[in-house]
Amino acid sequence: MFKRKNPGNTRIPHRKNTANLSPVRIAPPKEVLLPMDQHIGAPAVPVVKVGDTVKVGQLIADAAGPVSSPIYASVSGKVTKIEDCLRSNGRTVPAVRIESDGLMTVFEDLTPPTVTDIPSLVDALRKSGIVGMGGAGFPAAIKFDALKKGTIHTIVLNGAECEPYITSDARTMVDEPEHIYAGIKLIRSLAPSVKKCVIGIETNKPECIKALEEVTKGDDFVTVLPLPSLYPQGAEKVLVYNATGIVIPENKLPADMGTLVINVTTLATLAKYVETGMPLVERCLTVDGSAVKEPKNVIAPIGTSIADLVEFVGGLDEKPCKVIMGGPMTGRAARSLDEPIVKTSNAVVIMNEKDSMNKKMTACIHCGRCVEACPHLLNPAEFGHALSIDNVDERMARLEAARINLCMECGCCAFVCPAGRPFIENIRIAKNSLREYKAHKSSLK
Amino acid sequence: MEKLIVSTSPHIQSKTSTQTIMRDVLIALSPAAVAGVVLFGWRALVTILVCVSSAVLSEFLFNIICKKEQTVGDLSAAVTGLLLALSLPAKVGIWHCIVGSVFAIIVVKCLFGGIGCNFANPAITSRVFLLIAFSASIGGATNTAIGNPELVATATPLEIIKLGSGAELPSLLDMFLGNRAGAIGETCALALIIGGIYLIARRVIKWHVPVIYIATVFVFSLIIKQDLTVALYQILGGGLMISAFFMITDYVTTPINVAGKMVFAFGCGIITVLIRFWGSYPEGVSFAILIMNILSPYIEKMCAKKPFGKVGK
Repeated sequence: MFKRKNPGNTRIPHRKNTANLSPVRIAPPKEVLLPMDQHIGAPAVPVVKVGDTVKVGQLIADAAGPVSSPIYASVSGKVTKIEDCLRSNGRTVPAVRIESDGLMTVFEDLTPPTVTDIPSLVDALRKSGIVGMGGAGFPAAIKFDALKKGTIHTIVLNGAECEPYITSDARTMVDEPEHIYAGIKLIRSLAPSVKKCVIGIETNKPECIKALEEVTKGDDFVTVLPLPSLYPQGAEKVLVYNATGIVIPENKLPADMGTLVINVTTLATLAKYVETGMPLVERCLTVDGSAVKEPKNVIAPIGTSIADLVEFVGGLDEKPCKVIMGGPMTGRAARSLDEPIVKTSNAVVIMNEKDSMNKKMTACIHCGRCVEACPHLLNPAEFGHALSIDNVDERMARLEAARINLCMECGCCAFVCPAGRPFIENIRIAKNSLREYKAHKSSLK
Repeated sequence: MEKLIVSTSPHIQSKTSTQTIMRDVLIALSPAAVAGVVLFGWRALVTILVCVSSAVLSEFLFNIICKKEQTVGDLSAAVTGLLLALSLPAKVGIWHCIVGSVFAIIVVKCLFGGIGCNFANPAITSRVFLLIAFSASIGGATNTAIGNPELVATATPLEIIKLGSGAELPSLLDMFLGNRAGAIGETCALALIIGGIYLIARRVIKWHVPVIYIATVFVFSLIIKQDLTVALYQILGGGLMISAFFMITDYVTTPINVAGKMVFAFGCGIITVLIRFWGSYPEGVSFAILIMNILSPYIEKMCAKKPFGKVGK
């Protein structure tokens, strides 16, 4: 295969307005809403009743199966309602509403976990509620489970933070590099198979590179690797390739290829959890966007509503028109300002009317910008052509031949398209229909 | 409660649109158009105006009659009209201009589904159509207005070389500046190169395409004729320069991937040389592009990159 140095190659605006702003802790919100699907996998199951008094760090919902994650109260107060909550992915899940007493009393029974080997770490993580905090929400326990096999040789730490606006990972790297390093040392001491750790950071964050280089100075185990500031540098497969040269084949995870990719903030949170025993109840996130008066990095309890965050950062100077949970390239649009932030929310981007307007959709002019932009070297235009085929079998065969399953929905093709084609929308529809088609075919056998 | 827009990611887009791309092409063509008017006089200006306006008008009316969304705003009809005008001789009749523009827009583009759906380059197809249908008036190029009292049909440098008539060839400097017989916009290599560099700088076209095309024609002419001067006349003569920067870089009718675009340019170069040296026409650029247009989907398929992480077939 023709090897390209850097499969991620799209220049998108950086807009890292908050890079130099240390996170500020929000005053306890009046109430929080905790949806049960803050991770990939089965939604958690509430274990509290309406009227229960809860404290910060107290379990309110338990993991529902192996791929799931428990949820803890993020404020102290009273459970006022367990309601159905429509999420931006279209699913409706239960959500626990807690009215805060404003005291933020910490749950007494929290003790640091005893971690002596990988299985005990995985057990501890299962109880920690920690999930991938870069946006994916993959339960950390399952990721670390791969260390049990002893085949993981490289840890790749994801500090790329390639999306516009977001600087919450950057703040973790600048403000608490010692926690990240503590996490690295923990993994090294428990997993002898791991031979090295590469921290990938985009060059537009020199202060992060400096901070981590300083804290890991003299340690040959850790390499701080500056990477070009090109989107999607932080995408798992792209990062592994750029950091180690390993290509992750389709339908395989980085763990299958001996690598483990961990977001820097996730690792820092994990290290803090092992030290204190406090599960994941709060996080740092960037509040920015064209409608926000004063962009800030905020540490907020999980479940805080967007409206509370907006009020805390000093309000909006324009009418909000689009609110994005996460970065503008892959984040989901929120339906209202009442939606809560979740474990995976690394940013809330509030756009004014001008920014919210999409380009008018016109005919594809076959310019090839999408083909050039695709980090997976796919032909995104082909998906649209394939989708328009009437015959189902033919359509699905064509989608599969075009390797639509490799697409990670990074949004590069839709970003560069001069005709404003709805690539990602089409790809999601196509992927879903292909999945259903395959399930149907195998059920016939 | 505030009403918010909910849509799929990504929520930001680049500023480039079809319209800005076409506007860049129009800007890039303007030096050649100005050079054409300077070299060939007011007749050239009339040809340009008639072609552009009739191209835009025919797309406008087609969309109205067929109750389709109006697309003249994307400026692609204007580009087609201008490209057609620039590849016609200055003395061409107004009627020919109108017929050519209508043919390019309606038959070659709109009937296939409008912008993005045509398989052949509208301007080139229309020029070939006019050449075959009205060979007497379109085929004959004229001399330039510089130093000549009026435009008269004159043999092009390529015709002089091909027929070996012994007539005097313009100097290489004249070839480069455009003071030679030919179509309105194709003679001034300098203006076309300036426009081409603008397009490359604006990232509208890839530099590989014109460079490979011009290099292929140059190298093959050199190999076949063993004469540097002949090879230089080959790349400066005929419609090669305008095609290198504006015709074979057309998005719709060339492969979508860069490797495919390079193969396309190479193929155009080979066919151009074959027709020029061994075909019955003195000029082969248009035919070469048309032939390669047909092959384009196959080249595209052949040159597709292996997806990153692909396993198996």
